[in-house]
Amino acid sequence: MSEQSSTGSAGTERPGLIDAVPVRHPWRWVAVAVIAVLVAMLVNLLVRNPAWNWPFVLEAMNQTPVIRGLFFGTLLCTALGMAFGVAGGVLLAVMRLSDNPVLRGVAWVYTWFFRAVPRYVLLVTLGAIGVLFPDGISLGVPFDWVIIDALGLQGDWRFLTLDANQLFTGLFGAVFGLAASEAAYMAEIARSGILSVDRGQTEAAQALGMPRRLTMRRIVLPQAMRVILPPTGNELVAMLKDTSLLVGIPLTIEMFFQLQSIGSRTYQTFPVLVAATLYYLIITSVLMAGQAWLERRFGRGVRA
Amino acid sequence: MSEQQPLVRAVNVIKDFGATRVLHGIDLEVHRGEVVCLLGPSGSGKTTFLRLINQLESLTGGRIWVDGELIGFEERRGRLHVRKDADIARQRSRIGMVFQRFNLFPHMTALENVVEAPVHVRGVRPSRAREEARRLLDLVGLAERADFYPSQLSGGQQQRVAIARALAMEPELMLFDEPTSALDPELVGEVLAVMRDLARDGMTMVVVTHEMSFAREVADRVVFMDAGVVVEEGAPEQVLRRPRHERTQAFLARVRREEQAAEERISAELEQLGE
Ligand SMILES: Nc1ncnc2c1ncn2[C@@H]1O[C@H](COP(=O)(O)OP(=O)(O)O)[C@@H](O)[C@H]1O
Ligand SMILES: [Mg+2]
Repeated sequence: MSEQSSTGSAGTERPGLIDAVPVRHPWRWVAVAVIAVLVAMLVNLLVRNPAWNWPFVLEAMNQTPVIRGLFFGTLLCTALGMAFGVAGGVLLAVMRLSDNPVLRGVAWVYTWFFRAVPRYVLLVTLGAIGVLFPDGISLGVPFDWVIIDALGLQGDWRFLTLDANQLFTGLFGAVFGLAASEAAYMAEIARSGILSVDRGQTEAAQALGMPRRLTMRRIVLPQAMRVILPPTGNELVAMLKDTSLLVGIPLTIEMFFQLQSIGSRTYQTFPVLVAATLYYLIITSVLMAGQAWLERRFGRGVRA
Repeated sequence: MSEQQPLVRAVNVIKDFGATRVLHGIDLEVHRGEVVCLLGPSGSGKTTFLRLINQLESLTGGRIWVDGELIGFEERRGRLHVRKDADIARQRSRIGMVFQRFNLFPHMTALENVVEAPVHVRGVRPSRAREEARRLLDLVGLAERADFYPSQLSGGQQQRVAIARALAMEPELMLFDEPTSALDPELVGEVLAVMRDLARDGMTMVVVTHEMSFAREVADRVVFMDAGVVVEEGAPEQVLRRPRHERTQAFLARVRREEQAAEERISAELEQLGE
C-alpha cells in the first residue's frame, strides 16, 4: 500500500530503519515551567534577603575553631565511629550466624540494647557515666578485693587506673558512643549481606580446604559487600549528621557546636546554621562520590 | 600406607535428614587410580554420599576412611571424637570436589579462582601459584581465559575452571557431582574430555553422572544406587549391558528412552529449521 512505501526505505518492500515520532510529554513542560518559577523565587530569596548575611557565613566557615571542629569532631569521629562500627557490626553478624549459642545470645542482647537507645541519649549517658566509677576504671584482676580479703592480704591488683569522667568525655567517648551504636545497626546490614551469598560459595571454599574464617574473609564477605555497601553509605551519611549530637558528651571540638557558639556570641544565629548546612552538603557530596566508586569496585565480576 | 589399601573405604554409611533416612548403609571401596561412576535415579542419595566423603554433611552412622584416615572423627581410647575445624579443613584439602553448578567465586578471575586455595591454605608463594594455575588452565584448555570473570565464561568453560581450581590443591581424590548436567548439550563434550584426560593420567575419581557413554568408556567400575542402597556394582560392561537387577534394568531403560527422545527432539528441530 501507499503507507508502506512511505515508511520503508525508497522502493524496497521490506521495512527499513525505524524513524518514528516519539510520544509527546506535555506535562513535563508544565512541570519545567513551575520549577523554573520556584527556582527564580529561591534565587531571589538567596540574593536579596539580607538575613542570609553571606559574607558572615563564609567568615564563620573559615574560623580556626570551626575548621578544627570539622576535622576532629565531625570528620574524624565519623571516620573512626564508622570504622569501628562496621568492624563491630560484621563481628556481631558473624556471631549471630555462628553455631555457638553463647555467641549468638551475646550478639542478640547487644543489638537489642543499642538499637533501643537513641544516639543522643547514649552520648549524654556516656558523658555522665563517671558517676558509676568514682574511683576510676582500673585494669587488673576482676574482683581483686574479694580475693585479697579472702587471702588476708593488703593492697590491690590493679595495674592501670583511668579517670572515667575524662575517659568518656572528649574524643574517645565520642568515637566509643558512635561506634557502639553503629555496630548494632551494621550487624543487621552485614547479616543480610552474608545471607545473600549463595551457600554453594561456602561449600566450594570448604571443599578446597579453606577454614571457616578464611572462607568468610576471602569468599563470603567480599561478595556480601555488594549487598552491604549501599545501606552502609546511608549509615555513613547518618553518622556524619549525628556528629552534631556530640555536644551531649560533651565534645566541643566539633563543627556544629563551634558554629553555634559563634552564632550565640555574635547574635548571628541564622548565618551559622547556613554555614553548617553548607559544610554538611559538601561532605555528603564527597561521600556519595566515594560510595559510587566503591560500589563499582565490589560489583566486579557481576556484570561484565 | 600399603598399595593394597583402598584410598576410600566407606563402611555401612548411614545418613538421616531429620527423621528421613536417605542412605541405608552404603559400602564402597575405591582404589588408587580407579575411576568409579555412581549411577542412579534422582533422589537415590548419590550427592549426599559424595558430600559425606568431603564432610559437607555429617555422618549419621558408619565410617569413611580416606587414605587410611578416618574422616570427620578421631578414635581415641575406644571412643570417637569429632575432629577440630582445622583438622577437617586439612582432610578436605586433599579431596577435590566439582559441583553440578560450578560454584566458581564470581568476584575473582579464572586465574584468581585457581590461585586462591594454594596461596591461602597451603601457603604457596603467589608467583609460583600463578605459574602453576596457568599450567592447569592450559591443561583444561583455558589458557586464554585466565583473566576472565566467571560471568564472562560459558558453562563448559566455568566447569573446566572449577576442575583446574580443584586440581590446584593437588588432591589425591576427585569427586564429581553431575559435572555436566547443568550444561547445554553442546558443552558437555569439552568437560568430559578434560575428565577423560584426568582419568588417563591416573587420578582417582568418583563421578556421579548420567552420561552413560562416559561411564562405559572411562569407568573402571560402575556402582548403581537406588533409594539409599547400592543395588549392584561391577565392570561397566557388566552393569550397563547385562544388569542383573530389575531396578538397574528399569533405570537404564529409562535413561536410554530419554536419550532417544532427546535425539528425536533435536532431529525434529533440525528438520523444522531445514524447511
Ligand atoms: N539437606 C537436605 N535436607 C533434607 N533432605 C535432603 C537434603 N539433601 C538431600 N535430601 C534428600 O535426600 C535424598 C537424596 O538426595 P541426593 O543425595 O541429592 O540424591 P541424588 O544426588 O541421587 O539425586 C533425597 O530424597 C533428598 O530429598
Ligand atoms: Mg544429586
